[in-house]
Amino acid sequence: MSNVFILADFSGDKATKTTAELATAAARIGAVTAVVLAGNGKGATLAATVNQGPIANVLILESDDFAQFGVAASADALANLIKEKSPAAVLIASHAFGKEVAARVAVLTESGIITDAVDVAADATATQLVFGGSTTVHSKVSHGTPIITVRPNSVEADLSASSPATENATANIGDAAKKSKISSSQPLVKGGRPELTEANIVVSGGRGTNGDFAAVEKFADELGAAVGASRAATDAGWYPHSHQVGQTGKSVSPQLYVACGISGAIQHRAGMQTSKTIIVVNKDPEAPLFDIADFGVIGDLFSVLPQATDGIHAKKS
Amino acid sequence: MKIAVCVKQVPDSWAEKKMVNGVLDRENVDAVLNDLDEYAVEEALRIAEAHGGNEEGGANTVTVISMGPDRATEALRKALSMGANDAILITDAGLAGADALATSAVLSKVISDGGYELVICGTESTDARMSVVPAMISARLGWAQLTFASKVTVDPSGTVSITRVTEAGVDEISGAFPCVISVVEKINEPRYPSFKGIMAAKKKTIEQKDLAAVGVSATSAWSQVNDATPRPPRAAGVKVTDEGSGGSALVDFLAEKKLI
Repeated sequence: MSNVFILADFSGDKATKTTAELATAAARIGAVTAVVLAGNGKGATLAATVNQGPIANVLILESDDFAQFGVAASADALANLIKEKSPAAVLIASHAFGKEVAARVAVLTESGIITDAVDVAADATATQLVFGGSTTVHSKVSHGTPIITVRPNSVEADLSASSPATENATANIGDAAKKSKISSSQPLVKGGRPELTEANIVVSGGRGTNGDFAAVEKFADELGAAVGASRAATDAGWYPHSHQVGQTGKSVSPQLYVACGISGAIQHRAGMQTSKTIIVVNKDPEAPLFDIADFGVIGDLFSVLPQATDGIHAKKS
Repeated sequence: MKIAVCVKQVPDSWAEKKMVNGVLDRENVDAVLNDLDEYAVEEALRIAEAHGGNEEGGANTVTVISMGPDRATEALRKALSMGANDAILITDAGLAGADALATSAVLSKVISDGGYELVICGTESTDARMSVVPAMISARLGWAQLTFASKVTVDPSGTVSITRVTEAGVDEISGAFPCVISVVEKINEPRYPSFKGIMAAKKKTIEQKDLAAVGVSATSAWSQVNDATPRPPRAAGVKVTDEGSGGSALVDFLAEKKLI
């Protein structure tokens, strides 16, 4: 059976659910080796958390260069490992860091690359949803080692416990990968809310909030949801740009998306229309987003959301 | 400083996009300068202006580089009207259907031959949305990669510091010339071309080159589209008007769908 690499994804010192999702997709192609990039002496701690999903082996590469030189050093070490071990494919999480590592690895190993896959088949054919989710594309790498980045929250993860065999390998990092130096690194301050792209539920606010996101946030917190915003809301400075959902912001495809006071320009739809269930709350009965809503409430979000928040709270208690 | 800005002409964000024979149909849609590249052009102009300007005989030049069909000159003209000095367009039939790897190979050759100190890009194009070309150029040239910048500080003696902002957090990163920078939306407010700028842009040079002139050979894409299918449009579901119980109806729907 062929061997497939995944680049283990971490949040702090813990493997993310995305790691299990990558493993689940990779296991269709072959036996999964999770590559763990860690600082000196940190490998065993990180590797111990790579314990969910169909992972056969964990390969630890330790170097302090990863923290100091970021994307370039990580890509160099991974590319050299790929050249040495010739895996059948390499799956990496599709976020900024993962996509850039994949980009450099593709150049360094002279391999084709596919980004933002939502699924990967046994023959390494990748499924992508393009043009804001309006078109499904199947594509396949035809040169070198398929380098595929997979969108978090797309593949249903096999979360069964695994106890992979752990092995250490040398991190080979060339000088060309040490040109940009990280002097300080501040992980995103996580509020109580889940990360937008990984959340099962997203509640977003738009122009209709008039700058007051309190009702949206309270409703989101009752659902344990992430908070998003339309471009109109972020452009107005009502909500941080990092929460923008849409063509020029984040693409999300949660189980449930609740759009509050968002009319639904193509620009916004492009970032959310692959959500499984869509609920729209808007005063304007003509808001185009109603056309793709599974459930719509024509009404003022400032009365609908508090009532719904209380209703959910009552059901829980 | 010699500054290069890589830009792409893309279908208008508002236009409906279609696939024809596995590639994006670019001919039958309105095409514009990629939104996110405007921030790159603006940042290049601001860096030039902060260090002696890019007027004729100034200390700096800003060159816009693009790969695409003849009509991509329209997007380049927009960047020139914002204030860039000149432009290079690589057009070749052999580039039809080029992937990000081929694109980055062509751009890298033009950049390395041009002797630039800084290359500035947007973080992604609004059509392909891969966000990989800046990292690929950096890997090919062996230059410092300073990407996803929300702030760029240039010391003309040869170093650049940026604040990198991604979903993972905020990093302070620095590197020496030459380097590849990509900038996020919100780093600046791109200027509208002035009437004077638009008139001046008509006289500026857009140098058109084919692959032979660039000195790279055409390679076929290293990934192939097997099929592309429009997804069935979502049908609208239930719509209720709030007459005092809209919130409760919403909760009932969530409960029925087992979402709470």
